[in-house]
Amino acid sequence: MAEDRRARINRLKWHCRRALLELDLVFDRFWERYEDTLDAQGEKVLESLLELEDHDLWALVSGRDATDDPQLAAMIERLREVSPMANFE
Amino acid sequence: MQYSVRKFDAVIVGAGGAGLRAAIQLSEAGFKTAVLTKVFPTRSHTVAAQGGVAASLGNSEEDHWHWHMYDTVKGSDWLGDQDAIEFMCRKANEVVVELEHYGMPFDRLDNGKIYQRPFGGHMSNFGEKPVRRSCAAADRTGHAMLHAMYQRNIKVNTQFFVEWQALDLVRDAEGDVMGVTAMDMETGEIVVFHAKATIFATGGAGRIYYSSTNAFINTGDGVGMAARAGIPLEDMEFWQFHPTGVAGAGVLITEGVRGEGGILRNSDGERFMERYAPNAKDLASRDVVSRAMTTEINEGRGCGPNKDFVLLDITHLPPETIMKRLPGIHEIGIQFAGVDCLKEPLPVVPTCHYQMGGIPTNYLGQVVVPKGGNQSEPVHGFYAAGECACASVHGANRLGTNSLLDLLVFGKSAGETAVNDLRANVKSHKPLAQEAIDRTLARVVRLNNQKDGADVHETRLAMQRTMQKHAGVFRFKDMLAEGVARIDEIAGQVAQTQIKDKSMVFNTARIEALELDNLIEVAKATIVSANARTESRGAHVRDDAVDCPETPDGRDDKNWLKHTLWYREGNRLDYKPVQMKPMSVDTIELKKRAY
Ligand SMILES: Cc1cc2nc3c(=O)[nH]c(=O)nc-3n(C[C@H](O)[C@H](O)[C@H](O)COP(=O)(O)OP(=O)(O)OC[C@H]3O[C@@H](n4cnc5c(N)ncnc54)[C@H](O)[C@@H]3O)c2cc1C
Repeated sequence: MAEDRRARINRLKWHCRRALLELDLVFDRFWERYEDTLDAQGEKVLESLLELEDHDLWALVSGRDATDDPQLAAMIERLREVSPMANFE
Repeated sequence: MQYSVRKFDAVIVGAGGAGLRAAIQLSEAGFKTAVLTKVFPTRSHTVAAQGGVAASLGNSEEDHWHWHMYDTVKGSDWLGDQDAIEFMCRKANEVVVELEHYGMPFDRLDNGKIYQRPFGGHMSNFGEKPVRRSCAAADRTGHAMLHAMYQRNIKVNTQFFVEWQALDLVRDAEGDVMGVTAMDMETGEIVVFHAKATIFATGGAGRIYYSSTNAFINTGDGVGMAARAGIPLEDMEFWQFHPTGVAGAGVLITEGVRGEGGILRNSDGERFMERYAPNAKDLASRDVVSRAMTTEINEGRGCGPNKDFVLLDITHLPPETIMKRLPGIHEIGIQFAGVDCLKEPLPVVPTCHYQMGGIPTNYLGQVVVPKGGNQSEPVHGFYAAGECACASVHGANRLGTNSLLDLLVFGKSAGETAVNDLRANVKSHKPLAQEAIDRTLARVVRLNNQKDGADVHETRLAMQRTMQKHAGVFRFKDMLAEGVARIDEIAGQVAQTQIKDKSMVFNTARIEALELDNLIEVAKATIVSANARTESRGAHVRDDAVDCPETPDGRDDKNWLKHTLWYREGNRLDYKPVQMKPMSVDTIELKKRAY
């Protein structure tokens, strides 16, 4: 079971490698904070978010665009909430 | 360790602009073609390109490929090969129109022709005045380009291997290439892709620097693989820095911000560009601004607790202007600097943006190496295009919008040359070189079994900080020499990286460790080449290069008008002449590069 989760998280993590640096940085912080606690529902929502094209995803994360889907919106909020820190190492 | 073998006519590593363009050529010709990519094709870094692609279509005003060629040679500070540059500029219209036929949604004029806009360094009539040469699709040029070409590839049956990481080139004792070894990220399985033609289109290695505009995926894998297989790397000391990356994050802040009136300030609040470029001030060319910023920081007038950035101030602009004309900047400030740019200035530093050097190729896309008296002998079965390759059209400095052009022209060229070779010369697969395969296996086994080794993240960070400090935008003799030693030390640690996670499925720790093996080769090549080149040229600027009539701005044509070749074995350098003779027109003669 733990093995399964690790595989799923690893897969998601790789899918967070994007074409835009902006998104790489946002996801980096996200995993630092949520890697241990992301639940199955969260995994599912994140997965569908990761299906989006990079520019569309960044438009959502940067607040230039919005989604009607409450679950996606909640995940976007989590992504936004972890980002405003200058110290990206 | 086990592995299996799969056979193709051609294997292409990379599904960004260059790889997709090459693949179209091969699949259309009916060859069985595999494209390997670490991420889904339309998530390749080409997606980030917004500015556009250069072509002298002349849709809005008179333009000519010869003018474009002149600008590119001058932009390259005369280090570009003039045959390749003529080839690229002449082919530009053809490849852009082809792209249009693949369905690329270019912005259009009322008369239906492709809309073109001006871009830095692109001029009419041999440097007279700016010309509209850039073709774009809103602010999603790279993205639209990849989509159009991906669809085309699906139509012509290119076989994609998505989320596969190529590990090493398979090259035999005679120097011929017969494919690559690769890992399926999903299973961790290792497969040899046995091919008659191998094309590298793996993009740049901007992540060797601490501050980089490049996405994490740009780890120079193709360049590292080539170096390990004994191919020299060309002109790796030349990296373009963008003046305004967000400090600590790297995210690019477009030139448009200074265009709209943004001002750079030091810790005294001084508008320091007035001292360095009294006329153009904050709008001086990228290299001038980057150097001025570095000088301010080096002389102690940087900002922040470590005095290591300067400020980009737009607080004097009306908020409406910022929100309307510079969309996204406000959000970037908040997300990556924790700064509301309407109220506070943004922390910025010169940031690594583009790799001019790479795997040496000619204009046909063939990888070329010195051999038996010939400076540029093609390596059988091996081709490269895009940012990982050095054709060399960008020389010491690239013009904006010329790299999307580079990947279209040379992606196509590499594909076309491979098609010709497959038809005329290469009828069968050359037997695989077992030794080369064993080397990959040994590398993976070493990583899996390493104990008491170095941490991947820490080691990468040490490399990035060293490169930033010792081989950044402005270079100093002693710092470079120290940097060479330090990078050498870090390379020792890279050879002993350790991973805790040994799982097979999408093991990102393993993937990143293998990427670091490539980054370090690029870092070594860069710093060793930069240390040796004692002049200033284009993006390579040394404090100790003297500005005098014989060497204006420190450029020393008598001794340094030549390409660097770095060999991994022995960390050795060699040089080869710049091709000054174009294909059909007269040589564009050496001049001081001034705008
Ligand atoms: C922010 C930004 C804006 C830019 N804007 C412009 C612009 O407006 N105009 C312009 O001309 N240029 C621009 N550039 C530069 C230009 O985008 C790049 O030089 C160009 O897109 C590189 O294309 P490529 O095909 O060579 O590589 P990439 O698009 O980087 O593709 C590399 C491919 O190789 C694959 N790959 C890499 N390693 C491996 C491996 N080991 N195994 C399998 N696959 C692998 C990747 O998955 C990817 O598919 C910009 C660059 C940046 C950073």
